[in-house]
Amino acid sequence: MTAIDPTAHLTAEQIEELGRELDAIRDEVIADRGEKDAAYIRKVISAQRKLELVSRGVLLFSIFPPAWLLGTAGLSVAKIMDNMEIGHNVLHGQWDWMRDPKIHSTTWEWDHVSPSEQWKHSHNELHHTYTNVIGKDNDLGYGIMRVDEDQKWYPFHLGQPLWNFINACFFEYGIAAYDLELGKNLHKRRRKDPEFRARARAVGRKIRKQVLKDYVIHPLLSGPSFLNTLAATFTANLVRNLWSHSVIMCGHFPEGVQVFERRSIKGETRGQWYLRQMMGSANISGSKAMHFMTGNLSHQIEHHLFPDLPSNRYAEVAVKVRALFEKYELEYVTGPLPKQVASAWRKVFRLSLPNKRPEARTPDREQELVAA
Amino acid sequence: MTSTALRGRAWKLLEMATTPLLPSDYLDLVSPLRAGADLRGRIEAVHPETGDAATVVIRPGRGWRGHTAGQYVRIGVDVDGVRLWRAYSITSPTNRQDGRVTITVKAIPDGKVSNHLVRRAKPGTLIQLDQPTGDFVLPQVKPAKVFYLTAGSGITPVMGMLRDGEFDDVVMVHCAPRPQDVIFRDELHDLVADGKLRLVEVHTDTDGVLDIARLGDLVPDWAERETWACGPAGLLDAAEEHWTEHGVRERLHTERFRPGVVVAGDGGGEVTFSATGRTVDADGATPLLDVGEEAGVLMPSGCRMGICFGCVTPLKAGAVRDLRTGEITEAEPGVLIQTCVSAAAGPCDIER
Repeated sequence: MTAIDPTAHLTAEQIEELGRELDAIRDEVIADRGEKDAAYIRKVISAQRKLELVSRGVLLFSIFPPAWLLGTAGLSVAKIMDNMEIGHNVLHGQWDWMRDPKIHSTTWEWDHVSPSEQWKHSHNELHHTYTNVIGKDNDLGYGIMRVDEDQKWYPFHLGQPLWNFINACFFEYGIAAYDLELGKNLHKRRRKDPEFRARARAVGRKIRKQVLKDYVIHPLLSGPSFLNTLAATFTANLVRNLWSHSVIMCGHFPEGVQVFERRSIKGETRGQWYLRQMMGSANISGSKAMHFMTGNLSHQIEHHLFPDLPSNRYAEVAVKVRALFEKYELEYVTGPLPKQVASAWRKVFRLSLPNKRPEARTPDREQELVAA
Repeated sequence: MTSTALRGRAWKLLEMATTPLLPSDYLDLVSPLRAGADLRGRIEAVHPETGDAATVVIRPGRGWRGHTAGQYVRIGVDVDGVRLWRAYSITSPTNRQDGRVTITVKAIPDGKVSNHLVRRAKPGTLIQLDQPTGDFVLPQVKPAKVFYLTAGSGITPVMGMLRDGEFDDVVMVHCAPRPQDVIFRDELHDLVADGKLRLVEVHTDTDGVLDIARLGDLVPDWAERETWACGPAGLLDAAEEHWTEHGVRERLHTERFRPGVVVAGDGGGEVTFSATGRTVDADGATPLLDVGEEAGVLMPSGCRMGICFGCVTPLKAGAVRDLRTGEITEAEPGVLIQTCVSAAAGPCDIER
C-alpha cells in the first residue's frame, strides 16, 4: 500500500454518489439482459463442447505429430474456455437469471480438480466480499506469498518466486488446496474435523475422476498413441494452468492496486465497498479474443464491481466505469497482458525480501497487522 | 453378461471419459429429442386461430408417453432468455398420425408466455416438456349423453376431447365475447353441419354473461348429462354450486387454469434461499415460487396453482401464508410448503 491514500480527495457524500452511479450502470444491464445474452452463453458452451470433442478425437491419433499439435492446442483452448468464460462465470451465478437448470451456479461442475461447491465458497463469498483486505482475503498471495508491503515477512517468503512458479504450473491443485484451506486445516487439531474430512474426500474424488479421464481413459482409448495422448493432456492442463494463473495474477497483484486493513471495512457502506473494489482490482487491455480467453477477467474491475452480471456485458460496462474513474479522479489500473504479468512478477520478487514498513502508521494499525 | 449390463458398463466408461460432463451433454448438441434425453419438443408451426389465439404444433421427443384427451402438458419456454413454465391443454387427437401434438394458446394481457407463443414463437425452437397429465379426461366407458360447458380458452381441453372420438349425443355451450373470438369456430360449425354436435354460442358482448340458473333454457336435459366444464373461475364456481343444488354434482367435471381466491397478507418479509445463498425482500402477496424464480433460484415448479405438489420445498425458518386460505405455516423440521401458493409471512428461509 502506498503511504498516500489515493481516495483521500473524495468526501463521504461523493463516495455514496459514486455508489449510486454504479448501481445505475448495473440496473441498466439487468433491465436489458435477455435473449441475446442467453444465446451468447449457449453458443459458447456449445462451441467449447464441440472443440473439446474434436480435439480429443484428433488426439486418438496423437502418434502423428501434426495431430498431437492440433489436438493439444484445441484441448488447451477448450479447457481454458471451460474454466474461464464458462465455469468461473456460471459459478458466479451470472447466468442464473435464465432459470435453465443446466446452466446454473448450483448445478454446474467444471473441468477442474476443485469441486465447484468449494470453489464457490472461497471465491464468491470470501474473496469477492473481502477483496484485498489483509488477513481476510486469502487471494492476496494465496497464503504462500507476500504481495503487499503491509503483509508480514517471514523467511519462508524468500522462496516465493519459486512457490509462485510451481503454483502456476499446477494451479488447479493450488486452488483445490486453497479452497480446502489446507495450510490452516493441516494442523493436528483441525485435521480430524469431520467437516474438513468430508471436503477433503470430495476433492479426492474430483481429482481421481479428472486424473482418470485425462491420464488413463483417453490415453487408453488412443491405443498405440497412449503416451502421446498422455503427454498431450498433460500439456493442455499445463497450458490452462499457466494461462489462468497469469490472468488471475493480473487481477489484484500489479503495481498500483491498493490493499486495505481490516479496520477499514468495519461498517463499510455500499459506496465504500464499490470504491474498495475499484481500487483493489486491475484490468488487462487487449483484443476481443484476448478478453474472451481470459473469461472477461481482463475486465477485473468491472467484474469485481458487478460479479454477477453476464460476462459478455463487461466490455460495454467498462466504458462507463472508466468514465466514472475519470470523473472521480481515480487511477484505473490497466495494461497489456505482458506488462501486467511482468508487474505482478516483479512484486513477487521484490517482496520476497523484507521491506521497511511504511511510516505514518498508528500503533493500533501495527497491532491489526500483526493480528492479521 | 447380459446386453443391458454390457451397455451399463459401456455407459460408465463413457461417463469416465466425459466427466465432469455427462455423455448426454454431448448428445444433446446433436440430438435433443432422442430417446433417453430430458423430455423436449420442437415447435414446428404456429397457426393463428383468432386475433389473440394460436395453435402451436410440437414434435415431442422420443420419450413422450402420449396423452389422454382432455389432459394438459407443462411446457418450459425461453422468453427473453428466461425459462418460464406454463400448462396448456392438448388440443390434438390422441391418434394423430404424424406423432405431433398441438396446444392452443390464447394471449392474455401481460401474459409473458402466452403472448410469446401466440405472437413471437418461431418454428424450429426447442422447448422443454413434461409428460401430459391431468384428470379432466373422458372416462373409459363412453357416456351416452355429454355436455360441454366452456368459456374463452376453456374450450381447449374440450376440443381435444371432441377431436378424439365420436359421441352419440353431444351438446356444447360456449361463451366468448364475439363470434370472431370463438376459437375453432369453423371446425365446430362443421361438426354441427355433420350432425355430430349441438352447439350454443353465447356472445357475451351482446348476450351478456351466461346466467347459469337459466341453463335449462339452453340445454333442457343438462342434469342428465355427464358434463365437462372449463373456463374462468366465476363460471366454474357458479356451475359447481348449480350442479350441487340439483344433486348431480358427481356428473360435473371441472378444470381450472388459475388458483382460487387469493388472500393477500400484509407484512411479507426478507426471504432467504439458503442453498443458493440469495436473500430478497418479498411482499405478502407474491408466491414464494415467483420470488425465488425472480431471484434466479432454481425452484421446482408444477401446476402453479396449489394442486400438483411439484413445487414443495422445506421451510427452514420463519413463517409463510397460504394464499388460498390465509393459513399460516411455521417452520419446523420436516415442514414442506407449496411455494406456488405460499407467500412470506415475515422473514423466512426456504431450502433452495
